[in-house]
Amino acid sequence: MKLRIFVTLKPGVLDPQGRAIHKALDGLGFAGVNDVRAGKLIELDVADDMQDAQVDEMCRKLLANTVIENFRVERA
Amino acid sequence: MKTAVIVFPGSNCDRDVAVALREVSGTAPTMVWHGDTALPDGIDLIALPGGFSYGDYLRSGAIGARSPIMKAVTDAAGRGVAVLGVCNGFQVLTEAGLLPGALMRNAGLDFVCREVSLTVENAQTAFTSRYAAQEKIVIPVAHHDGNYSADAETLDRLEGEGRVAFRYAEPVNGSSRNIAGVLNAAGNVLGLMPHPERRIDGAAHGGNDGRRMFEGLLETVRA
Repeated sequence: MKLRIFVTLKPGVLDPQGRAIHKALDGLGFAGVNDVRAGKLIELDVADDMQDAQVDEMCRKLLANTVIENFRVERA
Repeated sequence: MKTAVIVFPGSNCDRDVAVALREVSGTAPTMVWHGDTALPDGIDLIALPGGFSYGDYLRSGAIGARSPIMKAVTDAAGRGVAVLGVCNGFQVLTEAGLLPGALMRNAGLDFVCREVSLTVENAQTAFTSRYAAQEKIVIPVAHHDGNYSADAETLDRLEGEGRVAFRYAEPVNGSSRNIAGVLNAAGNVLGLMPHPERRIDGAAHGGNDGRRMFEGLLETVRA
């Protein structure tokens, strides 16, 4: 089973990388970009019978730092 | 003083901190590989050095914080052994949950490598006894991810409990409230971004402000 874990900075946490990307898009002349937030996509191939609780624990223990990041799991 | 330096794959200040500990205590530290599971008996101080750990993949310090030796470090910290994390070592300590908050990419996105002026906010700790409260000291920084971040409630608590040990005298990397170093609740774990081991020899380094941290630790441990 394939899982896609999206790790994003919590709202309100300053995102210097998103801000730099935003600036570069502005510099390229793309108008109408209101905000940019950069995150990570982590793809896992796991056993078909893996429980949600275990996926959640993997995210909390390692894949995301819940002090500053949120995560969302998508089953492919 | 019996000391140990944890060596991660990618650590590059491990020898510098070993020299500092040897110079000040007269005894060379034990270098402990990250893959080991035990520390030497009767250890007084554990140093987590600067550099990188596991390429700093995922997040700086994230994989290092889950390496086998960290269970022994966490147990030792719980027993009151002094733990000093410098730069990547600070990142490892936050990722391991031994210190609150997180170290994010510098606000300006630049790698910052220069001498900075710090204010000693708490001079009554095992790490800062050789400094005066509110003293300005000069210690170099060299980091890309030193932007200390925590929620307002945590920051208020740290300040209220005297757990902000050092503050940048002026903004360096976007850190919340200019925090440069924080302590755990018991006061025996310190993480800081500046490198005290790079300021231990007046002739070679242009100052001794870092040396005083190690001297203070030696004094506290002997007491």
